[in-house]
Amino acid sequence: MSALLETAGLTAFYGDAQALFGIDFELRAGEVAAIIGANGAGKSTFMKAITGLVKAAPAQIRFDNVAIGGLAPAQIVRRGIALVPEGRRLFASLSVEENLRMGGASGRRGPWQLERLYRLFPILAEKRGQPSTSLSGGQQQMVAIGRALMSNPRVLLCDELSLGLAPIVVKEIYEAMPAICAEGMTVAIVEQDVALAQRVSQRVYCFQEGRVSLRGASTELTRAQISAAYFGT
Amino acid sequence: MMLDVLLQGLLLGGLYGLFALGLSLVFGVMRLTNTAHGDFIVLAAFAAIAGLAVLAPMLPAGIAAPLLVAALLLPVSFGFGYALQRWVLNGTLGRDPLPSLVVTFGLSIVIQNLLLETFSADPRSIDSAGLSTASLALPGGVAVGALPVAILAFAVAATAALQWLFGRTSIGRSFRAVSDDREIAELMGLDARKVYALATAIAFVLIAAAGVLQAMRTTVSPADGPALLLFAFEAVIIGGMGSFWGTLVGALLLGVTQQIGFRLDPGWGIWLGHLAFLAVLVVRPQGLFPKTVG
Repeated sequence: MSALLETAGLTAFYGDAQALFGIDFELRAGEVAAIIGANGAGKSTFMKAITGLVKAAPAQIRFDNVAIGGLAPAQIVRRGIALVPEGRRLFASLSVEENLRMGGASGRRGPWQLERLYRLFPILAEKRGQPSTSLSGGQQQMVAIGRALMSNPRVLLCDELSLGLAPIVVKEIYEAMPAICAEGMTVAIVEQDVALAQRVSQRVYCFQEGRVSLRGASTELTRAQISAAYFGT
Repeated sequence: MMLDVLLQGLLLGGLYGLFALGLSLVFGVMRLTNTAHGDFIVLAAFAAIAGLAVLAPMLPAGIAAPLLVAALLLPVSFGFGYALQRWVLNGTLGRDPLPSLVVTFGLSIVIQNLLLETFSADPRSIDSAGLSTASLALPGGVAVGALPVAILAFAVAATAALQWLFGRTSIGRSFRAVSDDREIAELMGLDARKVYALATAIAFVLIAAAGVLQAMRTTVSPADGPALLLFAFEAVIIGGMGSFWGTLVGALLLGVTQQIGFRLDPGWGIWLGHLAFLAVLVVRPQGLFPKTVG
């Protein structure tokens, strides 16, 4: 089966500093892939490059067999790739529901509408009129996920969903994953918690200093392999 | 006597409110300070004056003439504002506020000199067919001008409309979203450059309305722009950045303060307004009603 989303030799820069040194990555339709790695390994940069927030050469990123590298973020979301950004980054002056509606600004139609999200995260229905900043971290993360889903993406990218959240809250957030994947959503997550990453994904990529240091089926990778790829011993 | 000063001040403040709303909108959405704001008001006034002169044979007599010209001018101004933002000012936006200040300051000088070349330095006004001299008698022996009352009513309506647009519509939602986090707004599918252009276009509708009403109420001359910008700026700062009702209240306070000054001594009006502005900056630099837009 060919990949839905594919990068080949993806490089990315922040000014003169190179952050990615040729990432080869593929995401097959319907699978969940996890990206792990230490801070500064390039995981977030990778997700920003795919969504157009960091520039990339056209041929380095292919989505549904079309080169999309270097397109504007607005064009990429319209093609069906949505990002839950690191640190959530909700619109502070918008209410919960307004934040969710902003997610639909790309105009893509599909099953993910407000009512559906409120069934997935009932607490958000209760708080729909409140300022997004008044919510707890976990609830804000739910809004961020919901906002991304509102664009009815084919590929959902999640950058560090567990950042700054209590373990119990992280568990609650990840419990929504099966419902999100149920209709064939393709997902890539960046996750610091290696065991969690292995549990929710079918394949794992480990990044180290802007390169892929390990890849494999989530169930087959051993702790020793991951540890070596993680720290570069 | 006190009531009279208060009323005249509020009526003056209504006009300042119209000057200030556009500035408040543009600053709120894109943190851009348009230093040519006052000059664009004057430009709009002269455009209306020229339009009236050119179209005179075709226009009906009386108050309908300036209203018709204003109705033509508003959509033209909308398009002009959109184009100016889209193809000129967007290129100046960034972390550094200096490029946009320099460019709009340059525009200010260009507009002033263009108007001076074309229309000479004479003050001009728009004939409002007696509306500017008509007055309404209020109980207590106070009389207010019909035109200033209409201007204040228009300013209140414009403020309410802007606040509704910002708080209740999808356009307003996109304004607030790009203001909060441009990068994420683009990730949602918005084109921030177009959102900015739309905000400036709406601001230019207010600018055109303010220009026409200013020229009907008093006179305009090519060098008036910076003073109008200053009043608008003071109103925005007094009211607090980012809330339209705050901007209007700031404008009304400025109008009342100036009117009190004028009553004390004809030379003190503007000066007392500046003093009130400075006092607010010292005591409450965030303004009286600080709030992020919306």
